[in-house]
Amino acid sequence: MSVLHTVNKSPFERNSLDSCLKFAQAGAAVLLIEDGVYAALTGTSVEGRVKEALGAVKIYVLGPDLKARGFSDQRVISGISVVDYAGFVDLAAEHAKVQAWL
Amino acid sequence: MSEIIKKFMYLNRKAPYGTIYAWESLEVVLIGAAFDQEVSLMFMDDGVYQLTKGQDTSGIGMKNFSPTYRTLGDYEVKNVYVDRASLEARGLTQDDLVQIAWEDFETEEEVENIVEVIDSERARELMAESDVVFSF
Repeated sequence: MSVLHTVNKSPFERNSLDSCLKFAQAGAAVLLIEDGVYAALTGTSVEGRVKEALGAVKIYVLGPDLKARGFSDQRVISGISVVDYAGFVDLAAEHAKVQAWL
Repeated sequence: MSEIIKKFMYLNRKAPYGTIYAWESLEVVLIGAAFDQEVSLMFMDDGVYQLTKGQDTSGIGMKNFSPTYRTLGDYEVKNVYVDRASLEARGLTQDDLVQIAWEDFETEEEVENIVEVIDSERARELMAESDVVFSF
């Protein structure tokens, strides 16, 4: 079973997303939560890096955190799945472990 | 009542909700309004995210404080600056940001939107000419 990685900080504030993507194995899942959701949006300076990662890992973003920050699913990079808290729980249950990148 | 008026700048560089900085900064602005100084708010880096429209926090169980930005005019804040480069790096434009109205109660002069998107050179000048900078 593969690992669920979570990233909770903005890619512009910290290099957590960068490190996570660098060290996650192919086939792993990455869930963007809290300020981490900003990496899921189109038009940013990290969009290229994130799209590149979609070839190796599955990327998810927590919908409620996007909405809280004023963004709808329509502004999410194509290929990233939006999940709610129930989806977060499912992802955690489906993976061998959860590794948080703070 | 103080006769000394200083230029206070509140520098906001962090996204809302993930940490408490954005909310605390706003609270200090509101409380500090009691001192009648010349207040400016500067938003750069992830701070620009504080001003996005359409924030709906019902799903995360936190208070949505974005409506409070729109009342800044009532607290005599007339200067709200947003760094253009920070917006661009995040794929945002001024259309993504709230509008803050301001009215001078004596002259009844009305400004539809005091949010000003500025370039780095202007941001540099504004910070340099502030007497006090509060960083959040």
